[in-house]
Amino acid sequence: MKAAATAIAAAAPAVRSAADAARVHAPGAVAPAKAGAHAEQIFAWLGEVPDPEIPVISIVDLGIVRDVRVADDGACDVTITPTYSGCPAMQVIADAIIEALHARGVATVRLHNQLSPAWTTDWMSDAGKAALRGYGIAPPAQQVIDISGLRAGRTALAAVSRRAVIAPSVACPHCGATHTEITSQFGSTPCKALYKCLACREPFDYFKCH
Amino acid sequence: MDHKVNYLLRLGDNALILSQQLSQWCGKGPALEEDMALTNVALDLLGQTRMWYEYAAELEGAGRDEDALAYLRDAHEFKNCLLLEQPNGNYADTLVRQFFFDAWHYFLIEGLTRSSDARMAAIAEKALKEVTYHLRRSGDLMVRLGDGTELSHAKTQSAVNELWMYSGEVFAYDAVDEAMVAAGVAPPADELRAHWLAHVAEILAEATLTMPPADAWMQRGGKQGRHSEHLGYILAEMQFLQRAYPGATW
Repeated sequence: MKAAATAIAAAAPAVRSAADAARVHAPGAVAPAKAGAHAEQIFAWLGEVPDPEIPVISIVDLGIVRDVRVADDGACDVTITPTYSGCPAMQVIADAIIEALHARGVATVRLHNQLSPAWTTDWMSDAGKAALRGYGIAPPAQQVIDISGLRAGRTALAAVSRRAVIAPSVACPHCGATHTEITSQFGSTPCKALYKCLACREPFDYFKCH
Repeated sequence: MDHKVNYLLRLGDNALILSQQLSQWCGKGPALEEDMALTNVALDLLGQTRMWYEYAAELEGAGRDEDALAYLRDAHEFKNCLLLEQPNGNYADTLVRQFFFDAWHYFLIEGLTRSSDARMAAIAEKALKEVTYHLRRSGDLMVRLGDGTELSHAKTQSAVNELWMYSGEVFAYDAVDEAMVAAGVAPPADELRAHWLAHVAEILAEATLTMPPADAWMQRGGKQGRHSEHLGYILAEMQFLQRAYPGATW
């Protein structure tokens, strides 16, 4: 094994780490670390950790897990990013990651919280989007235009002009019709909005583009 | 106090006091959608508060954490602008306060994404998507209430007139703000103010509301810890538990 930690970086690389807050969690009475556990394996294990508020989607499919590194001694560094600044699920997710890896024999788990690049629904996997739809939640309807693009092309002023706001066409997760309308820009959690289908008349949650 | 710590506390205090005020609408919003919107905005602001406080506490190095900053400072130590401690009032009062704040907050946070301080830029990058959504929502609602019924128009215009004198404090830079501008940490006031005035003028015009004069006299003092009596009541409720039962957790 190489001296350097093996690593898998998720879709977007970490560009800044100044805001990282490291947390060491290493209780004594757990199974010995499996030094052979590779980052791929850790990623697969984390793919079984459900989001606490939308349990049909895993934290990996949601794009929260940004990086996994396994050191030679088996210690594992997991980098996660919050969906929303005030998302109350983040602490539960952090605890669930530590619990899941401890249960599989990883004794030392260090969690890092990374803010930049900011989480986007573009990182949600296709499997995750399909799972949301099956659960009755319409997945994000479009790719999020990179916020940095606002600076390159449109001005900050134009970005919030009422004339610049283009609502995406959201398909009903129940009947598939795109004849839907927004009921409320906020829903039961920060990441969702409330919609209703004008074809089948069912209300539904929409996972906002972010 | 270090200028940057001071500046970070101002950012955090603005977000925290408004978050606390919005939370008071929980369960009694005029419509379910509004109830959820205000509490969601409050949650976003609370999350942002924690990030600013966490950084301020680290830089300060005085052994205070985010909870100590929120719960164990008295009114004169808070640095929020006076706009944010104004009472919730009727729904137009809450909305206009929110719209004035959101418009400033959005342009500020957008500017902070280019901060020379990498950590502040990262926090701003995270917050920008949230505050963009906030401003779009409050601007949209301004138009709906301003260009709504006779009564909603009258109440919204009244709130605009009443709160206007609190809208300028965010642009009144003192030595702390200017030090941040000089260090490339924060965007300059004139740039923010030009954007704010342009956006507010656009929304108010569409809302059929009359915009008060841009050069009107403006209240100030909150950033320096000189507050109205409202803040004391807000803190009394927010800090009660930690004051009565120090260190209580659940």
